[in-house]
Amino acid sequence: MIPLSGNLDSAKGKVSEKVGPVSITRGTSTLKRGFAHMLKNGVVMDVTTVEQAVIAEEAGAVSVMVLDKLPSDVRKAGGVARTASIRVIEEIMDAVTIPVMAKCRIGHVYEAKVLEEANVDMIDESEVLTPADELRHIWKWDYTTPFVNGARSLAEALRRIEEGAAMIRTKGEPGTGNVAEAITHIKKVNDELRLIKSIYDSGDNQDLIRMAREFKVSYELVEQTAKLGRLPVVNFAAGGIATPADAAYLMSLGCDGIFVGSGIFKAEDAKERARAVVLATTFWEDADKVKEAQRMIDERQSMLGLDVKNLELKMQERGTA
Amino acid sequence: MSVSIGVLGLQGDVAENIVATRTALGTLGIKGTVKQVKTPDEISALDGLIIPGGESTMMGQMSLVNGALKVIKEKIQAGMPVFGICAGLILLSKNAKDRVVGKMDQPLLNLLDVRVERNAFGRQKDSFEAEISADSIGIPKTKGVFIRAPSIEDMGKDVQIVSKFNEKVVAVKQGTILAVSFHPELTHDVSMHKHFVSMITPKKK
Repeated sequence: MIPLSGNLDSAKGKVSEKVGPVSITRGTSTLKRGFAHMLKNGVVMDVTTVEQAVIAEEAGAVSVMVLDKLPSDVRKAGGVARTASIRVIEEIMDAVTIPVMAKCRIGHVYEAKVLEEANVDMIDESEVLTPADELRHIWKWDYTTPFVNGARSLAEALRRIEEGAAMIRTKGEPGTGNVAEAITHIKKVNDELRLIKSIYDSGDNQDLIRMAREFKVSYELVEQTAKLGRLPVVNFAAGGIATPADAAYLMSLGCDGIFVGSGIFKAEDAKERARAVVLATTFWEDADKVKEAQRMIDERQSMLGLDVKNLELKMQERGTA
Repeated sequence: MSVSIGVLGLQGDVAENIVATRTALGTLGIKGTVKQVKTPDEISALDGLIIPGGESTMMGQMSLVNGALKVIKEKIQAGMPVFGICAGLILLSKNAKDRVVGKMDQPLLNLLDVRVERNAFGRQKDSFEAEISADSIGIPKTKGVFIRAPSIEDMGKDVQIVSKFNEKVVAVKQGTILAVSFHPELTHDVSMHKHFVSMITPKKK
């Protein structure tokens, strides 16, 4: 089981107050990481409109992520990609009962503050948007709202967790409909986890601190992660997932759940596909059920997709520091 | 004698409930197995079921798809104890509406005679931890972890209040049904899970 400990005593996002005669605390690690635990084994879908959000909820999505443009359109449009319209986010929050997430630019403290004020349930500090600060991510302990961050390696994941991320997702290569990068990233994280676990099990503390220095994170976080043999927060797959089989494969690699970006609403059979991806994620161990899910979609209606080798813009290379 | 307890494993914090229930069995010295269940067959074989935290709309729809919903309902009607947590409380209820969105058209088990208000305390930023008590089931003090939690607004005469927070009902019992709106599985205190385990009468083997 993933512990919910990992806390920072000085975290400004932790707020104690009185409600009538009783004291309550908000924004604790348990509440922020615990929120992500409730999403486990579920599918979070990128949406740009109320109609899409309602389709996602009806299909069984555990949450929706509100964007101004789907990642593949961000790629096509070029220019600067920013956080979504607050008005659209509010309309979606009023229309669905599942949690609503939104993206802010990497390092953009005030887009994050605005999203927190808007009351979104989770903030994604995302490489899909144009980074506002190439060197510094947001210090996420300052927020009561939980954050999710992308990572391509264990080092990136641990750096984001040390900054206060309550959840991690692989970066993949957004907006391509090509799952190859997400697979590479999750396998890399898994390999690195196996490595530090074996170092931990051998009792070689010197090698463990060498890893901490290489990862540029604290020894304590590396030790805790090595002991667990997995990330200390919920870890989802993201980037390029387009079909039920993509989702099931990533679940089988040990992901806790799935983010689908352009894959659903850039396909021509969005409604059926949304439901099929949820089915395949829920019943991924059962190949027959995944086949049934795959049968619900039509490959001729999948988004065309892009080969990562031919891309001019690799979003995954943003915000790796 | 050994009890077989399942945690509905379609979605949500399944592993946490498995650990909490195993710990509860261990401290009570009761022999038993605790496992994740998804299919009607797996559910049929249980002595007790936990419906964990997660998204109730998703769990309702997926359990409808694979026929689990029907089996769960039949088992509970036949007397199998069930422990619903947060989304589990919503699924067990007869009536659920959202604080903002209003009336919901989501699949429910329609067994627990309560009207649930979803997201009653607000959105994630308003999620909170607070000390609560459940004296009627022998728990004077425990930590309540409320994550986008529902509350119980109205209830039938067979429903007993187990815990209240700030005048809102957050835990109830009706016969073999125990339901809470907070997350005991996210704390180190397994007293709620112990109480649930004690509600299960093992099959004579």
